[in-house]
Amino acid sequence: MALKTYIEAIREGLVDEMRRDESIIVLGEDVGKKGGVFLATDGLWAEFGDERVIDTPLTESQIVGTSIGAAINGLRPVAEIQFADFIHPAFNQLVSEAARLRYRSNNGYSCPMVVRAPYGGGVHGALYHSQSVEAFFTHVPGLKVVIPSTPYDAKGLLRSSIRDEDPVLFFEHKKMYRSVRGDVPDGEYTVPLGRAAVTRAGTQLTVIGYGLMAHYALEAAERVEDEGISAEVVDLRTLRPLDKETVLDSVRKTGKCLVVYEDNRFGGYGAEISAIVAEEAFDYLDGPVTRIAGPDVPAVPYNHVLEDWFMVNPEKIANGIRKLAAY
Amino acid sequence: MAVPDRNLQHPGAAVGLSVDDLVEMYRLVALTRALDERMWVLNRAGQIPFVISGQGHEGAQVAITWPLRKQHDWVAPYYRSIATCLTFGMHPRDIMTAQYATASDPSSGGRQMPGHYGSHEHNLISVSSPVATQLLHAVGIALAAKVRKTDQVAMTFMGEGSSNQGDVHEGLNFAAIHKLPFVFVVENNGYAISVPAAKELSVEDVATRASGYGMPGVVVDGSDVLACYAAARDAVDRARSGGGPTLIEAKVTRLTAHSSDDQQTKYRSEEELAAEKQRDPLPRFRAQLSDAGVLTDEIEQRLAADIKAAVEDATDYAESQPDPDPATAMRWVYAEEWPSETPPAWGMGEAGGHGAAGGHGETS
Repeated sequence: MALKTYIEAIREGLVDEMRRDESIIVLGEDVGKKGGVFLATDGLWAEFGDERVIDTPLTESQIVGTSIGAAINGLRPVAEIQFADFIHPAFNQLVSEAARLRYRSNNGYSCPMVVRAPYGGGVHGALYHSQSVEAFFTHVPGLKVVIPSTPYDAKGLLRSSIRDEDPVLFFEHKKMYRSVRGDVPDGEYTVPLGRAAVTRAGTQLTVIGYGLMAHYALEAAERVEDEGISAEVVDLRTLRPLDKETVLDSVRKTGKCLVVYEDNRFGGYGAEISAIVAEEAFDYLDGPVTRIAGPDVPAVPYNHVLEDWFMVNPEKIANGIRKLAAY
Repeated sequence: MAVPDRNLQHPGAAVGLSVDDLVEMYRLVALTRALDERMWVLNRAGQIPFVISGQGHEGAQVAITWPLRKQHDWVAPYYRSIATCLTFGMHPRDIMTAQYATASDPSSGGRQMPGHYGSHEHNLISVSSPVATQLLHAVGIALAAKVRKTDQVAMTFMGEGSSNQGDVHEGLNFAAIHKLPFVFVVENNGYAISVPAAKELSVEDVATRASGYGMPGVVVDGSDVLACYAAARDAVDRARSGGGPTLIEAKVTRLTAHSSDDQQTKYRSEEELAAEKQRDPLPRFRAQLSDAGVLTDEIEQRLAADIKAAVEDATDYAESQPDPDPATAMRWVYAEEWPSETPPAWGMGEAGGHGAAGGHGETS
């Protein structure tokens, strides 16, 4: 067991899998000699060479579309989109092609591939280097969407994603790359897709989050503990397929639910969680299903005062907990 | 008058095709035409709701697909690729079950519109409706072929209208950079539904663009089957031997409306449509082979009977096949079933209204 950063865990996951399975290739912008703008693929090109670590032109649709074809013909591509904000040119390939290939061919074809992308704000990235894009893709059956919050989960879920038989979008909050550390075992392990984790037990309400918000939810829960509020925290880890049972079990136990997400509030992923809880745990609820989320501006503004205004943080979540607990 | 020796001086000899090859190529062109015409009859009779066809494209499709190795190489077809699909191994029944969207339709099990062919068994990639996306899949297949050293070639087909999509630019650039075993075929019929080529392209030939990517671009007469074959053979040889991709543009004619939902006389004159019939590859190829003595009356009569029987069989078979069962419609979203993704009973629109179908509040 060793203490690793979030990005070290991801890099290790990639290296370990590429050593295990020579059909795995990595492709994207600057993933080669440079090792990626965040260094997630650092060292891969030196070890695996040009054929398995491919620097692409600035062509996101090609990165994804070529990965689909490569997956059809026996490779396991792990594509990197440099920032999640730039995934939109590939939207058609992901939604019209990757997501539907198995379904539309009645299981004749599939495209086992992973598309990694750093997302999220709080790093002075402004409108085009801060976006949370998960809701665009969690809406689409056929795609799996994974957002790990710890180094342990990042490595274990990345392994599972690479070995999965369907396309997986793997979003990594860029603020966590070097700020989050955690224990990562030396040996091989995986974390299954589609399983949430209760990361803190509590009795009065359930806080549901993922990615950076899973950490902020824990911080918020600790802040309100002294005030006599017992909050349970659920880290979703995989957004689709959703582990509905873990979510519903927790809410049925506590009777209250606060959903936290960094993306714009309206129509965000947390809206679906809220709907499921309202629909399937209605008789257990002692208060409204509530949300703490980003404001409904098109994207994160740059100036630090404005960015702080945009970002969900532990104090905003703690305030949400206090209000809901008092309801 | 001397009868030409059909085994020595036939028109395929110059491009390395045998007499048997020529007869089989002709059969495929004629079979595709007959199937295609049957599809329109069925549509007009109210049997199938939609037809999109390839009449006028068949000669180019058969000839360009011909040099590929079946069940080894790969094809990413498009919605007019009926002749390509038949040449690459699909059966007339496979084409017709797609028109009827039966459960047994190998392309999609009745999930897709007619014209969206695909066959895992034959390395024919499933067609979608957004145009040109398949080019990137073929490029990816070619990338995998190069990385895995499988000696495979990937070929994709589309119209000149689709060739303007951004995915084409991104894919050709990447294929040329990596010298991938890839062939890009543009079937230029002069129209993107109703928009004429002059409003789609600022150049006469799509093939002109190839040089901008650093690959050869070849223009061939799409009604000249043997010229199409020669161009494709060269491109496939170049791809397989590590010489990189080629763009082949076949100038074809679209003998029908864009689809059964289109009325082409609104934008094409009667004179134009009459003139275009002169570019039909089927009578031209038939005359070429007859004149050379390759296609004797006896052979032609046999082929005509075979084709008629094949079309009848495909139609009867497809008509007899059951619709897909709605109980299977949730299958193959993913490789596995995810029970946790199942909505509550009322979420599926069952009769009885909210909460009536199994909610825990059900007491009566």
